[in-house]
Amino acid sequence: MKVLVADRQLVRPGDCLAILEEGIISNEIKRYPDKHIYVLDNKVYSDVLGIVYIEDKDINVVPLESVYYPRKDDTVIGIVDSIGVTSWSIDIRAPYKAILPGSDVIEGFNPITHNLRNYLDTGDLILAKIAIFDRTRDPMLTTKGKGLGKILEGVVVEIKPSKVARLVGKKGSMYNLLSSKSGCDITIAQNGYVWLKCKDEYVTKVLIEAIRLIELKAHIRGLTEEVRVFLESKLGEGK
Amino acid sequence: MSGKPVLIRDGLRIDGRKPEELRPVRIALGVLKNANGSALVEYGNTKALAAVYGPREALPKHISLPDRAILRVRYHMAPFSTTERKSPAPSRREIELSKVIREALESVVFTSQFPRASIDVFIEILQADGGTRTTGLTAASLALADAGIPMRDLVIGVAVGKVDGVLVLDINELEDEYGEADLPVGIMPNTGEIVLLQLNGVLTSGEFKQALDMAYKGVEQIYKTAKEAMYRKYYKMFEEVR
Repeated sequence: MKVLVADRQLVRPGDCLAILEEGIISNEIKRYPDKHIYVLDNKVYSDVLGIVYIEDKDINVVPLESVYYPRKDDTVIGIVDSIGVTSWSIDIRAPYKAILPGSDVIEGFNPITHNLRNYLDTGDLILAKIAIFDRTRDPMLTTKGKGLGKILEGVVVEIKPSKVARLVGKKGSMYNLLSSKSGCDITIAQNGYVWLKCKDEYVTKVLIEAIRLIELKAHIRGLTEEVRVFLESKLGEGK
Repeated sequence: MSGKPVLIRDGLRIDGRKPEELRPVRIALGVLKNANGSALVEYGNTKALAAVYGPREALPKHISLPDRAILRVRYHMAPFSTTERKSPAPSRREIELSKVIREALESVVFTSQFPRASIDVFIEILQADGGTRTTGLTAASLALADAGIPMRDLVIGVAVGKVDGVLVLDINELEDEYGEADLPVGIMPNTGEIVLLQLNGVLTSGEFKQALDMAYKGVEQIYKTAKEAMYRKYYKMFEEVR
């Protein structure tokens, strides 16, 4: 494979990123939606406006902007949108409304005796997991699991879904840094919501500032170090 | 105005341009805060603003498709965009242009990635001085890119015309009105594929080929400006924190 672009360069839709040396030439487009690239006539193209990352023989493009696309087993934070007879409709910032069945939250659920509004009302925030999603039907959520359920305390911060990967960092490096320096309980949802549970307000404020910093500087090298310095200057050595 | 004005004088056009010269092109990305993606494109006095919303839930539900996202395009001219007030209601012409722009964009956007969803594109012509469909198409494709929607390539539109027997690039209102032919083209700049092509008037096959060559050259120049605009947006994101 001959790479035509530099690492961390800005690429546009349709930019040729690399030329494959082997493989069959075909007129059909082969797509890699997760990597935001497609292959046509032995050439690799970008399909979004974003930053290209090259690692060994692997090319992927991280878009500057994107919407959240649901995937099975993702942890998401949703807002209760509307209430039906047997299920809630949850807004998870995706092109599809998610469904949370009443039987998932209430044991021995019976639509005649139970009123869903008594458990989750519109506007309530929930931490949930995507149980089923197969493109043909709306994603189904579940709140069964450790720590999942209604969000009762703390602060939820909104970030761009395309920056979630950066906030987690390589093997969770950024996440570990944020939680160890602040001593807060941080939950990063895949759809771009971050739930913070801190002991005092000042730490929460500093943490939100740090998250905003990461969101803005997502494509800069050595960001983890910069965030470490920022947190240490505001909070002191560890906590 | 009475009679046809002289469109070519001493080899120069009515606004002082050479036949193969574009009007000054200005492009800005991300100009609207509420939209997922937006772009403002100016070809001289023609100004088009495009906004993209989505991919989002398709409403009403029955319009959604099971295998791909639907693309909804609304091309609209503001009442103040022309010298005489235009009625804001969609005209026959606007409905047609919405359709041809939608079809041009459908061939570049990977709609299959978002089944049952909808992508809404709004194109508003703020000022009309010829070539509004091509300006609108360029703005729409840049707004889609700004919204982070996966697509094969951008689409750049440009119109070639024939006035007083001379082929001219990027025609303006007067040349459109009194010229002999108008050929708006939408081209994918990297692959060179044509996604929109209309012809109003008469061209010989030789002229047609020459006109297409001119369009390709024009698209190349506009694409350069578009690339700069995209870089500027990225650069702005870089600078914001400092």
